[in-house]
Amino acid sequence: MSRAFHLYRKGVNVVMFSLAGLCAFTTVSVLFYILGFLVWKGAGAINWDFFTQLPKPVGEAGGGMANAIVGSFKLVVLATAIGVPVGFVTGVYLAEFGGRRYPALIRYIADLLNGVPSIVIGIFAYALVVVPMRRFSTLAGGLALSLMIIPVTIRTTEQFLRAVPDSLREAALALGASKWRMVATVVIPASLHAVLTGTLLGVARVAGETAPLLFTSFNNRFWSTGWDQPTASLPVMIFTYAIAPYEDWHRQAWAAGLVLLMAMLALNVTAHRILSMKMARRSGR
Amino acid sequence: MIIRANTKIEGGAGLPPPPEAMMASRPTGLAPKVEVSRLNFFYGAQQALFDVSLKIPDRRVTALIGPSGCGKSTFLRTLNRMYEAVRHARAEGELLLDGENILDMDVVQLRRRVGMVFQKSNPFPKSIFDNVAYGLRVNHRMGKGELADAVEKSLRRAALWEEVKDVLHGPAWALSGGQQQRLCIARALAVNPEVLLLDEPCSALDPIATAKIEDLLFTLKDNCTIVIVTHNMQQAARVAEYTGFFLLGKLVEFDQTEVIFTRPSVKETEDYITGRFG
Repeated sequence: MSRAFHLYRKGVNVVMFSLAGLCAFTTVSVLFYILGFLVWKGAGAINWDFFTQLPKPVGEAGGGMANAIVGSFKLVVLATAIGVPVGFVTGVYLAEFGGRRYPALIRYIADLLNGVPSIVIGIFAYALVVVPMRRFSTLAGGLALSLMIIPVTIRTTEQFLRAVPDSLREAALALGASKWRMVATVVIPASLHAVLTGTLLGVARVAGETAPLLFTSFNNRFWSTGWDQPTASLPVMIFTYAIAPYEDWHRQAWAAGLVLLMAMLALNVTAHRILSMKMARRSGR
Repeated sequence: MIIRANTKIEGGAGLPPPPEAMMASRPTGLAPKVEVSRLNFFYGAQQALFDVSLKIPDRRVTALIGPSGCGKSTFLRTLNRMYEAVRHARAEGELLLDGENILDMDVVQLRRRVGMVFQKSNPFPKSIFDNVAYGLRVNHRMGKGELADAVEKSLRRAALWEEVKDVLHGPAWALSGGQQQRLCIARALAVNPEVLLLDEPCSALDPIATAKIEDLLFTLKDNCTIVIVTHNMQQAARVAEYTGFFLLGKLVEFDQTEVIFTRPSVKETEDYITGRFG
């Protein structure tokens, strides 16, 4: 091998290695940059009032986002309660019961639904719920978010159910279990932890969605009672406060961003904890 | 036979001696448990079994041998219709279990009567107890005490009770490979099948674990008709009273094991047994 060629190869190696390293560094540093920025700008505005007080009227300093925190929580709970069961059952159908043609079609449609811009989902929920009810509501916002959870849950469920080895299905069938019994007592329990983890990640994802909420749950400067009233939510609060002209609101928007990010990180960590608990159980207690 | 003698000392406590002595006194004209005539089997357009006919004797061990891809596992899977999970697989012909047509029976009923143990041990990711109890819970309504008794009985029949009685509620995956396979046998036995199908149950096990399972087959055949597919010809010779030799989807020869191994009537059987082709 000629010396020049050797040098050339070495050069290419160095360039590619640095490039890959740079990309990896960019990815990782972005998260820390965001986190650091949020802490720097928002940590100062986080105090007891932030979690317990309603927003103060314009011009008055202080106040908090208690209603937005509760609102976000209610929205996510509602979206999960609607989206996860529907997505889960569909995923089970796709993985275990579908023939060949319909599952392919449903899978394709689920992927399309996953690709629908979130603002369009918002318009859809607006037309479906807000217009007939003649008001913005938690219900409409939760429905919009649930439409975003469904395709994620379908895919996660199907993927992890398929990962269950066929030998377990055969064992159950050979013992005289009917198909649905086999699915319910062997396949689903064997994959439940993984499905739960994937679903939690999906839930964490929609918890930060803003666009579908802008004209469904709208916003509210007061407590939202029940499910048929407009409600504040952290993402929409951030949007509103960030574009407002008041210095104090900007600080609170940063704080809300920090709280939202922390909540999502907590969900993520919980999800991975559940998964590793499963691993620990497999390797003996 | 030397291996068998070893395991007796090693851990086969409480097992009765292999009933070779009893065999001699049994009548040879046995009633068939399963009667197969002119069975043809297809995977789509591809035919896997050609006109297979044989009578599997009641409460005996029948071994099926033959090179890979000869159709012996496919044949085994027609007996409890496990092939039905495969798309476009279909069986034609007559398969009778105690005179009832297997192909017309309710498949759940059939599988309660014809149990199966697979090549790779496949315990559920549940506790040892729940594994054995699975078939019972699926098939019967049982009280707690009754269930516990049935689980113990099955584990004893599978010669596993002494090894697992203290960890019944521990995970089945913590057991060794041989123990897992005996657990799968116990699981299949729990529903009291009339026929037990074993698809190369020892292919992943060491000789000691293999010998334990072979010992087990001897004790089980008093209550159960056993059909075992094996790649190991010594195993067929050790455990089975009857042996069938499959080649290219056809049953070449079926007779008493002794006859197959000492004076086969077909040239291919002799060639295979003496290792002259492969």
